Amino acid sequence: MRAFDYVRAERIDDALTALAEGNTRCLAGGTNLLDLMKGDVEQPARLVDITHLPLAGIEPLPDGGLRIGALVPNSDLANDRRIRERYPLLAQALVSGASPQLRNMATVGGNLLQRTRCHYFVDVGFDACNKRKPGSGCTALEGPNRIHAILGASNRCIAVHPSDMCVALAALDAVVETQSRGGARRIAMHDFHRLPGTTPQRDTELRHDELVTAVTLPPSPFAEHSRYLKVRDRASYAFALVSVAAALDLDGDRVRDARIVLGGVAHKPWRARDAEHALVGHALDDATLSAAGAAATHGARPYHDNAFKVTLAQRAVVRAIREGART
Amino acid sequence: MTQTATSHVIGQPLDRTDGPLKTTGGARYAAEFRPAGLCHAVMVLSTIPAGRIVALDTAAPEASPGVLLVLSHRNAPSLPKHGDAAFDPPAGRVLSLLQDDDVHYNRQPIAVVVADSFEHAVAAAALVHAQYERASPALDFQRERAHAHTPKDVNHAPPDKRWGDVAAGERVAEVRVDAIYTTPMQTHNPLEPHATVADWQNGKLTVYDATQYVSGVRDALAKTLGMAADDVRVVSPFVGGGFGCKGSTWSHVVLAAMAARQVGRPVKLVVDRTQMFGPVGGRPHTRQRVALGARRDGTLTSIRHELVAQTSQIEDWTEPSAVVSRMMYACPNGATSHRLVKLNIGTPTFQRAPGEASGNFALEVAMDELAVSLHVDPVALRLRNYAEREPATGKSFSSKHLRECYAQAAERFGWSRRTGAPRSMRDGNTLVGYGMATASYPAHRMAASARAVLQPDGTFVVQSGSQDIGTGTYTVMTQVAAETLGVPPAHVHFELGDTRLPPAPVSGGSMSAASVGPAVQAACRQLRERLVSLAVADATSPVHGSPSSAVTIDDGWMIVRDNPSRRETLAAFAARHRQPLEASAEAKPGDAKERYALHSFGAVFAEVRVDPELGVIRVPRVVAAYDIGRPLNLKTARSQMQGGIVWGVGFALLEETLLELRSGRIANANLAEYHVPVNADIQSIDVLFVDHPDYAFNPLGIRGIGEIGITGVPAALANAIHHATGRRLRDLPITLDKLL
Ligand SMILES: Cc1cc2nc3c(=O)[nH]c(=O)nc-3n(C[C@H](O)[C@H](O)[C@H](O)COP(=O)(O)OP(=O)(O)OC[C@H]3O[C@@H](n4cnc5c(N)ncnc54)[C@H](O)[C@@H]3O)c2cc1C
Repeated sequence: MRAFDYVRAERIDDALTALAEGNTRCLAGGTNLLDLMKGDVEQPARLVDITHLPLAGIEPLPDGGLRIGALVPNSDLANDRRIRERYPLLAQALVSGASPQLRNMATVGGNLLQRTRCHYFVDVGFDACNKRKPGSGCTALEGPNRIHAILGASNRCIAVHPSDMCVALAALDAVVETQSRGGARRIAMHDFHRLPGTTPQRDTELRHDELVTAVTLPPSPFAEHSRYLKVRDRASYAFALVSVAAALDLDGDRVRDARIVLGGVAHKPWRARDAEHALVGHALDDATLSAAGAAATHGARPYHDNAFKVTLAQRAVVRAIREGART
Repeated sequence: MTQTATSHVIGQPLDRTDGPLKTTGGARYAAEFRPAGLCHAVMVLSTIPAGRIVALDTAAPEASPGVLLVLSHRNAPSLPKHGDAAFDPPAGRVLSLLQDDDVHYNRQPIAVVVADSFEHAVAAAALVHAQYERASPALDFQRERAHAHTPKDVNHAPPDKRWGDVAAGERVAEVRVDAIYTTPMQTHNPLEPHATVADWQNGKLTVYDATQYVSGVRDALAKTLGMAADDVRVVSPFVGGGFGCKGSTWSHVVLAAMAARQVGRPVKLVVDRTQMFGPVGGRPHTRQRVALGARRDGTLTSIRHELVAQTSQIEDWTEPSAVVSRMMYACPNGATSHRLVKLNIGTPTFQRAPGEASGNFALEVAMDELAVSLHVDPVALRLRNYAEREPATGKSFSSKHLRECYAQAAERFGWSRRTGAPRSMRDGNTLVGYGMATASYPAHRMAASARAVLQPDGTFVVQSGSQDIGTGTYTVMTQVAAETLGVPPAHVHFELGDTRLPPAPVSGGSMSAASVGPAVQAACRQLRERLVSLAVADATSPVHGSPSSAVTIDDGWMIVRDNPSRRETLAAFAARHRQPLEASAEAKPGDAKERYALHSFGAVFAEVRVDPELGVIRVPRVVAAYDIGRPLNLKTARSQMQGGIVWGVGFALLEETLLELRSGRIANANLAEYHVPVNADIQSIDVLFVDHPDYAFNPLGIRGIGEIGITGVPAALANAIHHATGRRLRDLPITLDKLL
């Protein structure tokens, strides 16, 4: 990789100051950023090491929810008793991702901000990638695109967000907390990641001078009936072709409330509101399930190699709801 | 003679003799050699598939910290014959050695940056910018297929071979199967990527290389650089997986030597993971037509196997897929052919069971299709067409016990529980399928030599310039030596991987054990005879005066057979002979190849479970039985088979190199997106050996085992998936989308 400067932040202010000076990236677990720097995809002039900041705790909130520090390792989060009991969907999503070694290093903040695995983004030998080099084009539109988006893409970018954790967080109505020299912000998980539109170089709403400090979870009505289903090419250690976070609040057989969020299909965790509408107020019979499955991919636009994702997503939604209802 | 401690070392499941070194980090791999003054080279690869370099900006990298050299076509020394002096197909390759500005494939080496540290070299390499004049590339296999041509030969066999009268066989056929089978381009990903350390001292070159063939690298380097072979030494004590990728000397080896000479310091060059995807070969995409004709009773009347495979613009390397149909079944009429499509890609290469693995898939799925059409059991169909002689040549097999393989594996697997109809077996909602296929791989052998030396402490050093590519050569050769000498394995220290040792062939084509084993045996036998004759002539020895024939060596003792109280240890004997005593031998194959068809066989049975809605496939178990002659070591043999089967699962379900068709660049050039099986994909693998020594092939009765394990597995899985789902998938890999 190219030479870069390294500074270690002892206090949050150090990090905010460094970020405000520009051309600086946070170094958390490093499992994504360092790979991209080795591949010359990311070329920051400076890294600010945030791993010593006091952001590695999980604390209860007055409303009964939890605040998860940005530096909590993915494996600690998945193994936290409160998470397992109150937000099992999140624990399932976390352990379905990467490998134990990676999860030990990966942090909540880094997972939120991990970048796409699009073949043409991660290899600078491909000339055209609007996300990497705005205006250069999109190789994926014509090249092998089996792993690419079917929902919410644009003709500038059809990459998908690769995270499992974020799909569960979106279903759990999580909120991302940030700080910068200018102050603090709270951004709903659903609004945190962006659709590519004409500016695919921007993955999220986070500004370059902002630090993610925490993610908060409200109390959840979905603890009893939820399921994270990840469909991938091999049994472990692969990104989702399609994943589904199904969270149900059931009143007997009837659905009081529901969240259906898809992973592996869009530039962000894809909240399938139409599928949720098809569920809420209905009994969970076959007709409701298949209506929800079909609704989950409303507006889907597949490309050359990924039409299967439409069918797969629909069936995965049905399966996840069915299994979630059973738990 | 009574059976004693050391008369049965061969065959024992001895732990790897190099295991402790490997697990403690003591085994030194090529990239871990650090001659004094070592500097670091990084290759820069092209980003276009075809054209010319019109400008290369080297000013910035040259000015970058620590940089010693940026080697490119502008300043590279010109080599004899334009760098092609070692070209000798199929293993001697056309290399990319910066001799001109032409680009023939994406990820072709176009420059080498050498710096005082690895970090400096990598940073500077990112600054090398090439400007190209693009030519229009040939990349679309489908489109270029119209221009397919016939290669000169396929690994020394003729590209086309016919026997009997196929057209007549097809006319009398009552049932026919005729289909196209495809296998994807695949890329080698051994744990250890290629690596070379080159060190020049006084005009002589020493190279530490990750290779399957130290003598081959020496000869290739000497010819390419225009030197005497004696002035090149190649050292390779440990290799982290070969599988064919390290059977040829690729460009980076020569580039490392060129760079080292230029900077006047030793240079290390490691091919990084992404660079594995292009310049160092892999299995080519194949499109195979298999057409079978049979009578109602299942007897084959005709077989056609026609291969079209991709190759590069610079070389006609051929995946010999149709060759397997020349030997597998007793069919009186056959026609097999190989055609090549030239593309702007890196030249393909040997990849575990080249030809057999891909060709077997097509043939064995076609056989399954025939069994389905005939409503006969797939095993019964194979027995009906069991070949007692090789059909295309009429030769008998040196030793063939495939019937036993079918029977033992079927029994262990529980094949009789299989219900014939597709989709007829379920476990809850899950579809269950049983499938099987025959496995095979030819037995090769070449001349090899070895030396055995008695040390003053009574132990032995035994040497051969072979390689251990992770298969267990150190261990099995220790066993051959120990049993032949009559000493415990711990008294033998085996050395390999150095051109200073007696020469041995490539560790490829599954031939190392069958080639080197007889040489080790011969050298040890000669040495043993010498020791005995010296002892009986030695007045101070307890065995003195006995006829040599009455003295044996067992468990490290020299003993008079009929009077075991007259004995001494080899240590005592050696102590009196201050000079090391040694013997060398060369062992050459006899006329077995002319007289017999030489093949290993196996039968692979697999169970799959398919989620009918999501298409997810799991492989809970594979049972396979092999006829590979005499296993030298049951443990390493089983490991070879299990490894082959694991790769077979990947071949069937996961592996695929994706070529982006405008750039000719491999899109998934990393292990996150190029999928090989992980532990969670592999469940029970049960391996059996039918133990029949093949003494017609060599004096140890062994045939090679390195490659057969991957064969048969892709077909067995595809056939099991058909049985589970009723879907006949002829296009690998069978990913879940194909089942939706
Ligand atoms: C082989 C492999 C397989 C994987 N498989 C999966 C998978 O199946 N599912 C899955 O979900 N993920 C998977 N991952 C991705 C993994 O989850 C991410 O790499 C990880 O979560 C990133 O976390 P990190 O702390 O290492 O981030 P880093 O690499 O340190 O940082 C990533 C980005 O986030 C920024 N950043 C980090 N923390 C903050 C902060 N607090 N504020 C502002 N910016 C910040 C960094 O500047 C950087 O841009 C895989 C990764 C690998 C290498």
